[in-house]
Amino acid sequence: MSDLTERVAEFLAAHDPTTTDRWEFLRARFDAGLARINWPVGLGGLGLDPGEQGAVDAAFVAAGAPDNRPALGVIGLGMAAPTILRHGDEDQKRRWMRPLWTGEEIWCQLFSEPGSGSDLASLSTRAVPDGDEWVVNGQKVWTSLAHLARWAILVTRTDPAVPKHQGLTYFVLDMTAPGVEVRPLRQLTGESEFNEVFLTDVRIPDSQRLGAVGEGWAVSQTTLMSERVSIGGGRIPRGGMLEPLIRTWRDRPELRTAGLHDQLLELWVEAESARLASTRLKQQIAAGRPGPEGSAAKLAYADLNQRITALELQVLAGDGLRYEDSAGHRYLRARANSIEGGTSEILRNIVAERVLGLPGEIRTDKDVPWKDLPR
Amino acid sequence: MSQQTVPVDPAIPDLLESDVERDLRATVRNLLDKRAAWPDVLARTESDELVDTALWAALCEIGCAGLAVPVEAGGAGASWAEAAVVAEELGRAVAPVPFLGHAMAVAALSHLGDTELLPALAAGERSGALAVPFATAPGQFPRSLDGTVLGIADAVTAEVLLVLDAAGSLRVLEATEVERTPVVSLDMTRPLTDLRVEPGAGRLLADGPAAAAAVEHALRIGAVLLAAEQIGVAGRVLEMTVEYLNTRRQFARLIGSYQGLKHRVADLWVALTQARAVARYAAVCAATDASDLPVAAALAQARCSPVAQHAAEECVQLHGGIGFTWEHPAHLYLKRAVSAGIALGGPDRHRAALADLLDLPGPTDPAPMR
Ligand SMILES: Cc1cc2nc3c(=O)[nH]c(=O)nc-3n(C[C@H](O)[C@H](O)[C@H](O)COP(=O)(O)OP(=O)(O)OC[C@H]3O[C@@H](n4cnc5c(N)ncnc54)[C@H](O)[C@@H]3O)c2cc1C
Repeated sequence: MSDLTERVAEFLAAHDPTTTDRWEFLRARFDAGLARINWPVGLGGLGLDPGEQGAVDAAFVAAGAPDNRPALGVIGLGMAAPTILRHGDEDQKRRWMRPLWTGEEIWCQLFSEPGSGSDLASLSTRAVPDGDEWVVNGQKVWTSLAHLARWAILVTRTDPAVPKHQGLTYFVLDMTAPGVEVRPLRQLTGESEFNEVFLTDVRIPDSQRLGAVGEGWAVSQTTLMSERVSIGGGRIPRGGMLEPLIRTWRDRPELRTAGLHDQLLELWVEAESARLASTRLKQQIAAGRPGPEGSAAKLAYADLNQRITALELQVLAGDGLRYEDSAGHRYLRARANSIEGGTSEILRNIVAERVLGLPGEIRTDKDVPWKDLPR
Repeated sequence: MSQQTVPVDPAIPDLLESDVERDLRATVRNLLDKRAAWPDVLARTESDELVDTALWAALCEIGCAGLAVPVEAGGAGASWAEAAVVAEELGRAVAPVPFLGHAMAVAALSHLGDTELLPALAAGERSGALAVPFATAPGQFPRSLDGTVLGIADAVTAEVLLVLDAAGSLRVLEATEVERTPVVSLDMTRPLTDLRVEPGAGRLLADGPAAAAAVEHALRIGAVLLAAEQIGVAGRVLEMTVEYLNTRRQFARLIGSYQGLKHRVADLWVALTQARAVARYAAVCAATDASDLPVAAALAQARCSPVAQHAAEECVQLHGGIGFTWEHPAHLYLKRAVSAGIALGGPDRHRAALADLLDLPGPTDPAPMR
């Protein structure tokens, strides 16, 4: 640890965050191996145990260092990076990892399709080989950040004649390539965070394939299992997501009722329980013993955030009716928490089957060639 | 997973089990597997001697009577965290031993710095109990105003009893000095006792605020250990339920393949994961005498009680008819879970305590609609 602290201090001494250009600073941090200390040497890391990353991030935050736009980098950092590190070749890693981490290049995830959401493996977007290239046709949907993204991770069907899981191939797509069309979708909050993406005769060089042809399902599992762990050393305070509501509660006694008090205390107990459970999980991972608890975290978070934001509106009463108040937005946005990144129903299946060892769902599609499946 | 950054919150202590604790857990589980398999426990609930004194003696031999007491004071020189590990294992087995009541007596004596009685209790040479009603929450000081105390846990076989008298003093009495009436308790594996004490009997241990503080501390330690026990109960019933869903067939399918049932056990597991972290946090706070102990103990009870009770209820339901029989162990766990959910305050009282501790007050006067 002291070694690492020293490295960070030396780095900050050599690169004054107040005078260094933002991107230059972040590139230098990556090259110094201080981006993600557990990533490989030469690729932003030092090959160390991830346990100390929090301290490193905190030191950078304290020094007023620029951040790498974590909100925009959520798919790149949380999903593309682990997949590239695991399945990419050296050239691919060198090309994509640095601008991904610095936030210079935003990523999106072209998985879901109008006909394939929970049942991702049923997707129909076709990729057909043509010399050193692939030609892709199809439509994706709910693609967050597609309107800002430079790159996309993409799953396609390359062999319709085999059962659905076997005929998939995984690519990295250049979002500026001809034939990529992004149309924003308006969501129930009124904003447009996600899009439809139409792919018409889009050409992808074979050098942008991740993993072998036909192995797309295995590669996409790495993506799906990678948790979206936010970067930055910021600690979740006691009470966690309840903090804004707690402030209102303390400041405005006139809003308090006995029933709301009960609900607030129950949610405080659950929020604090979730915080301790996620800390315990992180400690387990840091100790090199990752447990299955990770799959519990998203389920619990989604449920909790939905109930907390609903309670916040109740507490605010009349003020909650005014949409300019951010509580209304928080409530509406929270509806997505149990849909995006895998629905809570699918997560419950995963917990039941992979953690508790219960039988899988009855499958009628497993051995049927994809082209013969009802659609 | 290993590619991810996982900043660990430095403000929260280590919540993982140590090697020592792992060994202790294995030793205790091994002993309980041999001596307190559920048919033995069931048989005991139908016998004249509800408490398994031989098993208790065996637990005392491995130091369970005074884990949190320093070696110099007669104990095993470990901490309340190790005691919580034992409590969890005892919960897993719904073992009929007076561990909790004894631990609360030890906690009170330790808090008072007693040197006369503590060594014998910590060494397991004598057994003790804190004679307050088992439903008492930390922060309540129920005095025995007329010399009777109703519904005490783990006092049936206790040799010494700590009683809070009408004046608010803590007195210690030999079992021979009190009149004990056994009560048929909801949880047959943890018998209750009513007690009559002659006013002024026994030896004065402490009075005034010192006595109150000792009792409060003991109840709080009790709440922490009870939370660990509830984790043991919840963990075991979930295991049993999953086993059953994986063996029982209806409509030519394992019932565990029905999503309606799968999702219910998945939810239980998520809740248990959280409850486990909370119980562990409370145990670590107790072990280190952290200033957050009052919050941690109340949080642990507020979370673990409902989780254990719900898990036990689901265990009965998802076992169908067999789950409602005397022959199946589900009821032993249900009774333990539901009575533990009332013991030492119950979740609502603990939430009320949290409201004070966290400065989250309720309405000062009723707020009528205008
Ligand atoms: C805000 C937001 C952002 C998103 N961003 C992206 C993105 O960037 N990239 C991307 O690829 N996708 C993205 N998605 C899509 C998301 O992954 C899918 O919406 C999700 O997987 C569900 O698929 P679906 O919408 O087709 O619903 P469906 O699969 O049609 O599900 C409908 C309902 O049926 C339930 N259901 C389906 N199958 C089962 C089953 N086997 N058992 C029990 N219940 C079942 C579901 O839980 C759900 O309640 C985003 C979604 C949202 C809301």
